[in-house]
Amino acid sequence: MSAKKKSPIKLQNKLTGGEALIKCLENHGVEYIFGFPGGVVIPIYDAIVNTKKIKSILVRHEQGATHMADGYARATGKPGVVLVTSGPGATNTVTGITNAMMDSIPMVVFTGQVTTPMLGKDAFQEADMFGCTLPFVKHSYLVKDANDIPRVVKEAFHICNTGRPGPVLVDLPKDTTSGICTANLDPNMDLPGYTVQTTINKTDVKNMAKMFKGSKKPLLLVGHGVVIAKADQEVKELAEKLQSPVVNTLLGKGGFPETHPLSLGMLGMHGTAYANKALVNCDLILSIGCRWDDRINGNNDEFCIGAKKLHIDIDPAEIGKVVKVDAAVVGDAKMVVKELIKHVKPLDTNAWKQECDFYKKEFPLHYSTDKGLPAQYIIDQIYKISKGKALVSTDVGQNQMWSSQFYKIDKRDTWYSSGGLGTMGVGLPAAIGMQFGRPNELVVAIVGDGGFQMTAQELTTAFIHKLPVKVFILDNKYLGMVRQWQELFFDNRLSGVDLTGNPDFVKLAEAYGVKGIRISSVKGAPEKIKAAFAHNGPVVVHCEVVKCGNVFPMIPAGKSAYHMIVEPPKTKIK
Amino acid sequence: MKTKDKSNIHTISFLVANKPGVLVRVALVFARRGYNIDSLVVSPSLNEKFSRMTITAQGDPEILDQIIKQASKLVDVICAGEHSEEDAVAREMMLVKVKYTSTSKAIILKQVKKYQTSIIDEDDNTIIISQIGTTDDLDEFEEILKKHVVIEMVRSGKLVMVKGQEST
Ligand SMILES: Cc1ncc(C[n+]2csc(CCOP(=O)(O)OP(=O)(O)O)c2C)c(N)n1
Repeated sequence: MSAKKKSPIKLQNKLTGGEALIKCLENHGVEYIFGFPGGVVIPIYDAIVNTKKIKSILVRHEQGATHMADGYARATGKPGVVLVTSGPGATNTVTGITNAMMDSIPMVVFTGQVTTPMLGKDAFQEADMFGCTLPFVKHSYLVKDANDIPRVVKEAFHICNTGRPGPVLVDLPKDTTSGICTANLDPNMDLPGYTVQTTINKTDVKNMAKMFKGSKKPLLLVGHGVVIAKADQEVKELAEKLQSPVVNTLLGKGGFPETHPLSLGMLGMHGTAYANKALVNCDLILSIGCRWDDRINGNNDEFCIGAKKLHIDIDPAEIGKVVKVDAAVVGDAKMVVKELIKHVKPLDTNAWKQECDFYKKEFPLHYSTDKGLPAQYIIDQIYKISKGKALVSTDVGQNQMWSSQFYKIDKRDTWYSSGGLGTMGVGLPAAIGMQFGRPNELVVAIVGDGGFQMTAQELTTAFIHKLPVKVFILDNKYLGMVRQWQELFFDNRLSGVDLTGNPDFVKLAEAYGVKGIRISSVKGAPEKIKAAFAHNGPVVVHCEVVKCGNVFPMIPAGKSAYHMIVEPPKTKIK
Repeated sequence: MKTKDKSNIHTISFLVANKPGVLVRVALVFARRGYNIDSLVVSPSLNEKFSRMTITAQGDPEILDQIIKQASKLVDVICAGEHSEEDAVAREMMLVKVKYTSTSKAIILKQVKKYQTSIIDEDDNTIIISQIGTTDDLDEFEEILKKHVVIEMVRSGKLVMVKGQEST
């Protein structure tokens, strides 16, 4: 490597906007910047040369940078940071930003922008990022003065990771980052419209507690808010005190141990049958940090008919948005649940627990290895061999739903899945981000052959940074989830789902310098999975699974849990 | 003409940070649900850091309540709330340009007097009338003037202010 030369845009004893930015990021404890450069962000990349505290991770596509930042954020609780150039570099981040918005992920995305005199003139590589991301961000800035950089950075980090977290976009014209910044690097924030709720209304909590009186069939619904608020211990205490069964959402995995006797696992469209049976039979349901998404409710008119509905959420706009509730508390899940525990009394739920246990025995998750290698078997083995201790990221589709069914999560911040947006392509880059954040832990990505190919180039990032992520491609040679819908609801008229012609994923991995392993049958599979885990570096495990496996149970879209299909139907579903 | 169901018209007042983009952010919350904004007034408040935004829109109260909650979440929105006729006063302003003839002029002037409006510009063929009043006042006067040749009309949109000590 050549010796570091002095920056040509450096003025004596004065910081450029870019340098001020990097100094501020250092002060905010940023470890990694996931990014990709271009003309207008060179002043920032120039400032990166001199930092010892921050590592710049050069991705291979800007979408990958956003998902890595997202994975890093979910594994560490710290904001993920992205830096890209203007125009195409910036627009490539829109999917990742939206994904972070839908799943309430703290992320700060710095996009380069053309110089301020050129704004609005269709300058080369100008894209109105402030404008085009407005619906997808928690907040955003267009910074036209270098002296505003420290304040904006401070506000961005504050906003993205307080209250209900979300992405913040900071658009930085080139003359802002190459200009001189003489401002205090730790200025006051100016956010008169943004207050973080630090107290809770105790009367609301007491009113909620009263609702539990006489309930014989309570159910706790654990959402992502529990994970974000780190309220897992409190929720466990509440469930155990009440002796209430617990279901969790896809993103609520980790909010309550799924191996706990009171856990019924994930509910919803592809949730466990017993979770959904409990849902339709409960007499009270308390959502903790879950926004009653339509993949859970299906049909609101038939949702938990007759049950009392209670809601704890930090976001007041979620109360009553989808489901009319009987009692609600606005606030941080940890604080609210802690207070709620004081006011509730143990309930007599023996009969209810027995009923739930009956559902568990009667409708277990299952699969058969009679007709080839099922994807579920691979996930089941990954779970068993990793002893449930891996950090897991999934892609989107069948692979995601099977992973959520068969990889039980007991600990917070060990699970990544794209819930709100359902973004194919997140699996690999998110796993890379998790591994950056938690370098000493086993990180497993479980992805489909379709989704993997949307961001596969990030294998290079894993290789270069020696990140030992284990990528399991469940190759069914179809866009499996769409094929399943076509089979079940469109008379099996398959259209646009055939992935015949996939590359040889083992060779592809090897071309990236990554170890490739192929699993084509049940026989020998566990040994190969063990070998993958034992390898000191990234591994791609190409799993040639049965082509037409379907995910069950399933609640057809727009229907309520009463319409759950537990077994493959013999006749056409109406 | 579109008929207005008055019970479904809502007036929402926002205090917002006086920053670029804030209008779009608020408008997007309405647009996302396919909600039409009937009128919109933005103007500086006493404190130059903040602007006052008054929006009238028609629709289901529950959905509008959601819209207010979601708009309140915006970082640049300091506060937002709906106002009714009981707790707040509301006024609108209208300018109308009317073409007159020697015969119609006297009739128009009589109406101008009756409705306590004023003529703020006049030439050989046209007059511009200005009116300040409630939305109902303006609607009524507008109907009257439509009997004549109205060249154009512009209305300010509704301004509201909470009655008494409290501020809006
Ligand atoms: C970017 C994007 N495009 C399209 C979809 C729609 N979609 C949802 S699941 C799915 C199939 C995914 O196929 P594959 O990655 O092979 O995974 P499988 O379902 O077979 O496990 C598709 C196309 C999506 N969620 N994201």
